[in-house]
Amino acid sequence: MPGLGTSFGRGGATTFQQDLANADCIVIQGSNMAECHPVGFQWVMEAKLRGARVIHIDPRFTRTSAVAHTHVPLRAGSDIAFLGGLINYVLSNELEFREYVVAYTNAAAILREDFADTEDLDGLFSGYDPDRRHYDVSTWAYEGAEEIAPATGAGEPEQAHHGGEDHRRSARAEAYGSGGAAVAAKPKLDPSLRHPRCVYQVLKRHFARYTPELVADACGVPPGSFLEVARAITENSGRERTTAWVYSVGWTQHTVGVQYIRTASILQALLGNIGRPGGGILALRGHASIQGSTDIPTLFNLLPGYLPMPGAHEHESLDDYVAADAGKTGFWGNMRSYTVSLLKAYWGEHATEDNDYRFAHLPRLTGDHGTYKTVLNQIAGDCRGYFVVGENPAVGSANGRMQRFGLANLDWLVVRDLQLVETATFWRNGPELETGEMSTEDIGTEVFFLPAAAHTEKEGTFTNTQRLLQWRHKAVDPPGDARSELWFYYHLGRIIREKLAASTDPRDLPVQELTWDYPVSGPTAEPSAEAVLAEINGAGPDGPLSAYTELKDDGSTSCGCWIYCGVYADGHNHAANRTPGSEQSWVAPKWGWAWPANRRILYNRASADPDGKPWSERKRYVWWDAGEGKWTGADVPDFEPAKPPGFEPEENATAQDALAGVDPFIMQTDGKAWLFAPAGLADGPLPAHYEPLESPVDNPLYGQQFNPLLQTYDSEYNPHNPQGSPVYPYVATTYRLTEHHTAGGMSRFLPYLSELQPQMFCEVSPELAAERGLEHGGWATIVSERSAIEARVMVTARVRPLRVRGRVLHQIGLPYHWGGNGIAVGDPANDLLAAVLDPNVHIQESKATTCDVLAGRRPRGRALTELVDRYRRRAEGSEQ
Amino acid sequence: MTRMGFFTDTSVCIGCKACEVACKEWNLLPDDPPPDLLGMSYDNTGALGASTWRHVAFIEKPAPVELGMPAMGDTGGGTDEPGVQWLMSSDVCKHCTHAACLDVCPTGALFRTEFDTVVVQQDVCNGCGYCVPACPYGVIEKREDDGRAFKCTLCYDRLGSGLQPACATACPTDSIQYGELDELRERAAARVATLHDEGVAQARLYGHDPADGVGGDGAFFLLLDEPEVYGLPPDPVVTTRDLPGMWRTAAKAAVGVVAAVALAFVGGRR
Amino acid sequence: MVERAEFQSYYGRPILKEPAWRQPDVPLYLFLGGTAGACATLGALAEPTGRPALARSTRLVAAGAAGASVLALVHDLGRPSRFLNMLRVFKPTSPLSVGSWILAPFSGLTAVTAALEVTGRLPRIRKLTGAAAGVLGPAMCTYTAVLLSDTATPAWHEARHDLPVLFAGSALASGAGAALLATPPAQAGPARRIGLAGAAAELVAERRLEQRLGVVSETYRTGRPGRLLRAARVLTAAGAGLSLAGRRNRLVSAAAGTAYLAAGLCTRFGVYGAGVASARDPRYVVIPQKACQQARPPV
Ligand SMILES: Nc1nc2c(c(=O)[nH]1)N[C@H]1C(S)=C(S)[C@@H](COP(=O)(O)OP(=O)(O)OC[C@H]3O[C@@H](n4cnc5c(=O)[nH]c(N)nc54)[C@H](O)[C@@H]3O)O[C@H]1N2
Ligand SMILES: Nc1nc2c(c(=O)[nH]1)N[C@H]1C(S)=C(S)[C@@H](COP(=O)(O)OP(=O)(O)OC[C@H]3O[C@@H](n4cnc5c(=O)[nH]c(N)nc54)[C@H](O)[C@@H]3O)O[C@H]1N2
Ligand code: SF4
Ligand code: SF4
Ligand code: SF4
Ligand code: SF4
Ligand code: SF4
Ligand SMILES: [Mo]
Repeated sequence: MPGLGTSFGRGGATTFQQDLANADCIVIQGSNMAECHPVGFQWVMEAKLRGARVIHIDPRFTRTSAVAHTHVPLRAGSDIAFLGGLINYVLSNELEFREYVVAYTNAAAILREDFADTEDLDGLFSGYDPDRRHYDVSTWAYEGAEEIAPATGAGEPEQAHHGGEDHRRSARAEAYGSGGAAVAAKPKLDPSLRHPRCVYQVLKRHFARYTPELVADACGVPPGSFLEVARAITENSGRERTTAWVYSVGWTQHTVGVQYIRTASILQALLGNIGRPGGGILALRGHASIQGSTDIPTLFNLLPGYLPMPGAHEHESLDDYVAADAGKTGFWGNMRSYTVSLLKAYWGEHATEDNDYRFAHLPRLTGDHGTYKTVLNQIAGDCRGYFVVGENPAVGSANGRMQRFGLANLDWLVVRDLQLVETATFWRNGPELETGEMSTEDIGTEVFFLPAAAHTEKEGTFTNTQRLLQWRHKAVDPPGDARSELWFYYHLGRIIREKLAASTDPRDLPVQELTWDYPVSGPTAEPSAEAVLAEINGAGPDGPLSAYTELKDDGSTSCGCWIYCGVYADGHNHAANRTPGSEQSWVAPKWGWAWPANRRILYNRASADPDGKPWSERKRYVWWDAGEGKWTGADVPDFEPAKPPGFEPEENATAQDALAGVDPFIMQTDGKAWLFAPAGLADGPLPAHYEPLESPVDNPLYGQQFNPLLQTYDSEYNPHNPQGSPVYPYVATTYRLTEHHTAGGMSRFLPYLSELQPQMFCEVSPELAAERGLEHGGWATIVSERSAIEARVMVTARVRPLRVRGRVLHQIGLPYHWGGNGIAVGDPANDLLAAVLDPNVHIQESKATTCDVLAGRRPRGRALTELVDRYRRRAEGSEQ
Repeated sequence: MTRMGFFTDTSVCIGCKACEVACKEWNLLPDDPPPDLLGMSYDNTGALGASTWRHVAFIEKPAPVELGMPAMGDTGGGTDEPGVQWLMSSDVCKHCTHAACLDVCPTGALFRTEFDTVVVQQDVCNGCGYCVPACPYGVIEKREDDGRAFKCTLCYDRLGSGLQPACATACPTDSIQYGELDELRERAAARVATLHDEGVAQARLYGHDPADGVGGDGAFFLLLDEPEVYGLPPDPVVTTRDLPGMWRTAAKAAVGVVAAVALAFVGGRR
Repeated sequence: MVERAEFQSYYGRPILKEPAWRQPDVPLYLFLGGTAGACATLGALAEPTGRPALARSTRLVAAGAAGASVLALVHDLGRPSRFLNMLRVFKPTSPLSVGSWILAPFSGLTAVTAALEVTGRLPRIRKLTGAAAGVLGPAMCTYTAVLLSDTATPAWHEARHDLPVLFAGSALASGAGAALLATPPAQAGPARRIGLAGAAAELVAERRLEQRLGVVSETYRTGRPGRLLRAARVLTAAGAGLSLAGRRNRLVSAAAGTAYLAAGLCTRFGVYGAGVASARDPRYVVIPQKACQQARPPV
């Protein structure tokens, strides 16, 4: 599972945006925070006002760069090389926060003798199976310990991001877990960090070749700029100072996205910046409640609270299921209680001890059911019906043409949206009609468009980027037939249950036994969102629960999402708390409610030294109050309140009891931050620089060009630009503009926003413009194996050629907001992209691809497909 | 009533245009017809006008030598040209101390409010258009379809009920600061000092000086380059300042006319 | 964006808004007002000095031109009610307000005078109204110069010392022109003489506009405005010449009158056009203002 989760135990952002104000240095990399999180960005400006150093590392000079102290342009897709370089700089100059590293990370853990690194195997780790293209991870484990199950606390931005669904086929079993639970969670340690096989030394060797020169060669960042960043972050880390890292989908939308975040996690752990004020890794999320949609997932492979979805034939019983995943130690050791309480929430009195709490009622994974696989299933005719709710894949998903061919091959399609988006009208005005590849008469899909109520027209919660649940009060009634999602699904379920009421078919039992009684009100019989929140919070014999520690595995408690337990404590809606900032501490615990347990900075026990004292006065946050015999401070301690720093667990203790008083990462089986991930990642225990699948250059470090586990879909609809092909000499990256929102449904249809960015454009350097005869304000056609789109030309010095692998490399910037409907119309950038995915969370590589660019508008009709065909032939030609 | 105004600190503007949109939303301004891409960096609004009362300017320039402000460091890329600097600035009616628009308005439609701001009473405006060329900042404009003149009201309809202007409320970075003018001027002076200490030598105030050609602006700015780079006049004056002189010249000329005609009759019968 | 080296601007966009008035309405309003003013004054003195024909023609022209100038203004405003709106207040700081308070009574007086002139009734009243209109006449000739100068439009504001003279001269010449057209040469002597005086003043003032306003003078020399003003100069000179040649010849002096009137039109449209051009190009705002700044001792 993803980068933050495997490193620290939970996948959520380790800190909150307001805390950025306490940073001494802020590195924004893989995020255009000023443009995409403008309101949260005020805290970066606040930090700057207080004297913090702000660095933006991004292929383009953006509105974030404009107010940063330093902007470092790098080649899209090369961040691991850059971050690896920083790790090497820290280790080879011994600039890590030694005490923190020894006490709170697994640096001292000793690895098995038979572990082999990418340095030994030219880009592969030990255990690689070329035929099945996956790793047997047993050799990655700690010495003596059998393989350790990772905390399943996921929830990376990419997790939720569209196409970000983690659909390891049944990879969970393959990747880890099959060996059963850990017998010895605590590894052998060498606190001196000298043992050749201790994580610290392995890490040192692994990154030894990531030198400033290598960084220059791979990223196009000259040593001067690199060292400037290296100095800034090391000078601003340690006891007295902290550096914060901010990323978003500039990192996640790569075939190695998760490993990008792992690299940052290792660096921040080495610098002692996790769990401390002004430090941490801030994963900026997307849609207003995208964090919520992974916590209570819209993902096919997860259950609420990051409980994995059971696999067919793999988890026959609750015991198998729990055994497969629960680390015996750490809070994840209570997985059984979380699961049983969830089953009780689903099936109420029907779920009992002797029927395994209806565990058998849960659907089972039979394989990859992610969006992209689903689309291919549609094209293959295996998927006949499709609900598209609050999504516009015809514009927003990679390879738009493939998406639309999927839509065109359905029996029925339901689109619930605020606007008549392209996904709902592909059959009427999709680009394929113009090229003659489709015709309305031949499209058999029956399309139902259902108007949806917007967030202002219904009540409920948003869970924002920092795991904060905020209640929304309804402002106005939805217009006309528009209804809330809650209304739609509740009544849909009600009607289905009515239809199945009489059925005796055992397969209908899960639906028949479902608890499906929510109070409704008003003329439209709108279900009560607060009742749903109460169910999510969970209840025990004496009413609402107040903490997930109260959850039991004996069926006496029910809870819809264990990490949200406490949001409705004492029957009070804490998500609706609205105490103004002026009337409380800067941490503002009385505004909304954050999971887990209303903690704002995670792992905050690490803000104190092993003895429980603040590392420094300047950075005090949570500490041990010996007098009171409890942890205290500015935030809710992310630790057992009364467990003293000196606590030593007994032998064979389980769950949190197995964690010592110096183990801040309480979701981890060993309570430590993982510099080296013995388990949990499909593509390696350590990050290694791999090129994007579609890269103009060869991998400067390894013979292994790209992520050996990346997932491609072989389909005529999804061809790839050959690596290093002279036909596609330029790097293209896609991104957002402040003025628009994602696939445009919420912006392109609004006049006030459309007039601010009326047209699709591409950003190119003056040098590339000269090379290709592009005129500022004129038109350009951008071509890939998938399609060709047109865009107005924005020639700007904000995009600059880089020197990579000994040659000048040009990058082209493409905002991806446009489509055919609405006021501001234009070609969708996604028509250019292929569906090629990260192996851990299966995000499409939207951020780094190759292309060609021509002056002038694209051909119309047939001529367009002919142009693309010509390119395909040339590319094939150039390959042999 | 103390004088209220704006201090717009462009050094913290992130060009998000929330101010532009908030203004249009609150004042229900017409959207300008879906325009063509202007090709002026990220500015597709162009200028202040009858239906645009906040305008965010975007300027891309080679970075100045002393890099106090952000700029792209040497990239070692194909070129060795200097790094870029991207300036953003949200412009608005200046609510001048001596407002030419107000002075020349023949109907009294333009008036000075109890907050010392300058507002058009739309029901009185007769569309004579005199305020338009009178404004030394090119702010106020006539709406073609309707004939009357429009501009920022400094949210007169919000101030009354104790609200802040919509644009200032929307601004995420406090680039737009609303408050008592005197206090804002102190704040601005301090801010410039800080920036200078940080090496941002280009930082300067614009429109803050009560001794300037319009007696100081009620909405003044911290700029990072010459005013004209942002489309602002370098040294605006309220032309009515010279009005007495102009009347005198006109009077003299009129006397000249009288004299000429009179003399014309003196010269004999023919 | 390419720019002329010596000044910077925001993508070459105008800093100022162009005058919002319509053409030809406002240039005509300037022309007619001036012509009316000069004629009214001529007429006022023509009667007592025993030139009934001159008095009659000039008073009819004054009334007609004044009325037409009001119509031009109303047309620019859109609705008559909007002109009345001007008269709700009197604002000394607004030349347009002051102007309206001159134009309104003036056009009234000239109208009454003309009516009595035609009907030949109430001669005593006619003398009074005629005289009153004659007194307002000179103001009519020059207030429009202040109207234009009191704007941020560089070509007009920079010209504030010369425009009144130019307009006065132009008004006299146009007035003379109208008189020469409509009056037998026998009584047109005064008209001829004010024509010469006006022509002289106009030529001098115009020269100053084209030479003495720094970069802004470009707007008076170049483009359409430049061509119009050159034409004005030629026509004025022609008018002057012909008027002398036509002392006894009605046709020639009519030709002189026409030349004067054409010159007047060219001058007004030229000056108006120069204003528009100067507002359109930021160089006419930036360069002079920068100069002023440098001139001032730094505070
Ligand atoms: N105004 C606005 N705000 C939004 C959205 C919107 O559409 N409009 N969308 C919301 C959503 S859904 C999301 S997920 C977030 C996304 O927030 P962001 O991730 O900040 O948005 P992006 O613009 O997609 O990408 C950020 C930056 O990544 C850079 N980038 C591309 N490739 C690389 C790379 O390989 N390395 C590095 N270091 N940088 C790279 C791009 O140049 C871009 O500037 O924004 C949210 N907020
Ligand atoms: N090339 C490229 N592609 C990308 C990305 C990229 O950076 N580059 N980013 C990816 C990311 S991070 C994301 S999140 C996706 C976004 O891609 P999509 O989610 O497909 O695009 P959106 O426009 O956000 O779609 C959301 C839709 O929900 C509708 N909506 C809003 N509120 C409601 C509601 O309450 N109910 C219902 N039923 N509908 C509602 C809106 O009108 C809108 O049409 O794009 C992804 N695709
Ligand atoms: S759109 Fe909403 S979520 Fe995004 S920055 Fe603005 S306020 Fe925050
Ligand atoms: S800026 Fe222009 S419109 Fe605004 S008050 Fe000053 S003169 Fe009037
Ligand atoms: S247009 Fe309206 S506001 Fe402007 S001067 Fe004329 S009456 Fe006054
Ligand atoms: S003060 Fe009000 S009217 Fe003026 S710009 Fe701001 S929002 Fe618009
Ligand atoms: S809202 Fe503030 S930050 Fe955004 S553009 Fe306007 S002034 Fe700049
Ligand atoms: Mo997203």
